[in-house]
Amino acid sequence: MKEIRWHGRGGQGAKTVSQILAQINLREGKHVQSFPEYGPERSGAPVRAYNRISEEEILIHSGVYHPDISVVIDETLLDSENPTEGLNPQGTLLVNTKRSPDEIRKLTGFSGEIICLDAHEIAKGAGIGFPNVPMLGAVAAVLGTDPKLAEEELKATLSGRLPPEVVDKNLVAFREGYEAAKGARTNAPA
Amino acid sequence: MKKTMTGHKAVAEAMRQIEPDVVAVYPITPQSEIAEYYAQYVADGIVHTELVPVESEHSAMSACVGAAAAGARVMTATASQGLALLIEVLYIAAGLRLPIVMALVNRALSAPINIHCDHADAYLARDAGAIQIFAESAQEAYDYMIMAQRIAENERVRLPLIVNLDGFTLSHSVQVVEPLPDEEVKQFVGEFKPVYPLLDVENPATWGPFAMPDYYFELKRAQQAGMETVPEVFLKVQEEYAKLSGRPYKGFFEGYKLEDAERAIVIMGSTAGTAKVVVDELRKKGEKVGLLKVWLWRPFPKEEIVKALSHVAKVAVLDRALSFGNMGALYLDVTSAFVHREERPTFVNYIYGLGGRDTTTEHIEQVFAELDAARPGELRYLGLRE
Repeated sequence: MKEIRWHGRGGQGAKTVSQILAQINLREGKHVQSFPEYGPERSGAPVRAYNRISEEEILIHSGVYHPDISVVIDETLLDSENPTEGLNPQGTLLVNTKRSPDEIRKLTGFSGEIICLDAHEIAKGAGIGFPNVPMLGAVAAVLGTDPKLAEEELKATLSGRLPPEVVDKNLVAFREGYEAAKGARTNAPA
Repeated sequence: MKKTMTGHKAVAEAMRQIEPDVVAVYPITPQSEIAEYYAQYVADGIVHTELVPVESEHSAMSACVGAAAAGARVMTATASQGLALLIEVLYIAAGLRLPIVMALVNRALSAPINIHCDHADAYLARDAGAIQIFAESAQEAYDYMIMAQRIAENERVRLPLIVNLDGFTLSHSVQVVEPLPDEEVKQFVGEFKPVYPLLDVENPATWGPFAMPDYYFELKRAQQAGMETVPEVFLKVQEEYAKLSGRPYKGFFEGYKLEDAERAIVIMGSTAGTAKVVVDELRKKGEKVGLLKVWLWRPFPKEEIVKALSHVAKVAVLDRALSFGNMGALYLDVTSAFVHREERPTFVNYIYGLGGRDTTTEHIEQVFAELDAARPGELRYLGLRE
């Protein structure tokens, strides 16, 4: 079972992409859970969302304390939210930042894999406002999800909510986030 | 087809498929989404339900009572303070033998104010005369909402029925749910058969009359007889639903690795899932542990619980609410079932998860680890800072 923790700010869509990640993985035949940190939701305040993804039925209903992947959608949370807390040392820290993995390692002291991508820039280039979709792409890359299948599911989900041209922009943002993280993995020192 | 959805969506989907005549509901955290989804279905013309947007839960249940007496199939949903506010009318629904089905999204009661899960609201409704069922997952909440209609509406039962699902943990988390096709649900639930409907003006009937000492007692005994009929109806409906859905519903509770267990936990709601993970882990280490997860809490299936637990040496009963001044209510249910039995386990009571305090696998491991040394009849607190 893989456990994932998302760090974002209210309004950045951490909960939404966590739910879409669950849908994508269900489509891959996995068992899934997605839940936000429960409580009053305030725009701009730090929020957490979680996923469990497993080959077997998921029975556990407690919180996630030792994630395998920690995703930081808003890098200002690196200082205040301690995104590496409980993070599996064999796991992955994914950060939306212009900074390098070495800088993030120095800042967090995390010994496992660190992947940095500029999700703001990717989102802007694709013509969307939020960095959550590129980060979703990055998580899909780390999980080894089939990108075509993920894009189909993302398209199906967003088509009900957004006009077609905006859906297409999101798909571009997803793919670029996916490729950026995949590339960063390949180039990472052993 | 398997889908991802929240517990709320699962409940709303069941309601959409059942399509009751009337839904009267007032929003409250964490139940609001059920009301929102259903209002959307009505606004979109997907269902032809009369939605009554009321100004309080007391009015919601009052509208439900009126509509049910008029001859309608009626549903509602609430949580916590909302349940507290409508409790007066829930007693009336039960006394009038009105089969109103209600989802209760379990949340702690004030004060201090808290929006998170415990079972204090369900415990508050314990003696109101409603049938109460607890769900472990969004799937179970969906399934029991559908079974609920048939159980509550059975002409020998005719009682309000509460389907409990843990607030946030089940209501707001996205899980995998496999709904049945609409047609199968409609066929399973069937046409609603009103009894002495007020709107049948050709055959006038009196609802809610005065009953003095000469009749009140007999009417209450008749209400208890309705409750006593529930187990038989529950099993029949459950068996039919298990066949239809292919899901393994059988009995008033789920025994998990209980047959040869030496130590066991009795629990209700979503934490049962977390406890199963621990049972599996300890079984791998050769420890004979098991779990009894209560589905049907009211009426309480005491004979069957005695049969299922008699061989177990040590049992921890976990209550997710305090009954101030005494042991937990579920503990008292289970232990009193054994009062005249020679062969019985020793029992310990744990209060856990109040106000949304998370119960982890480590907590459940702690219960099993402590069980042998615990003083019989002791009241303990799980996950509390003391």
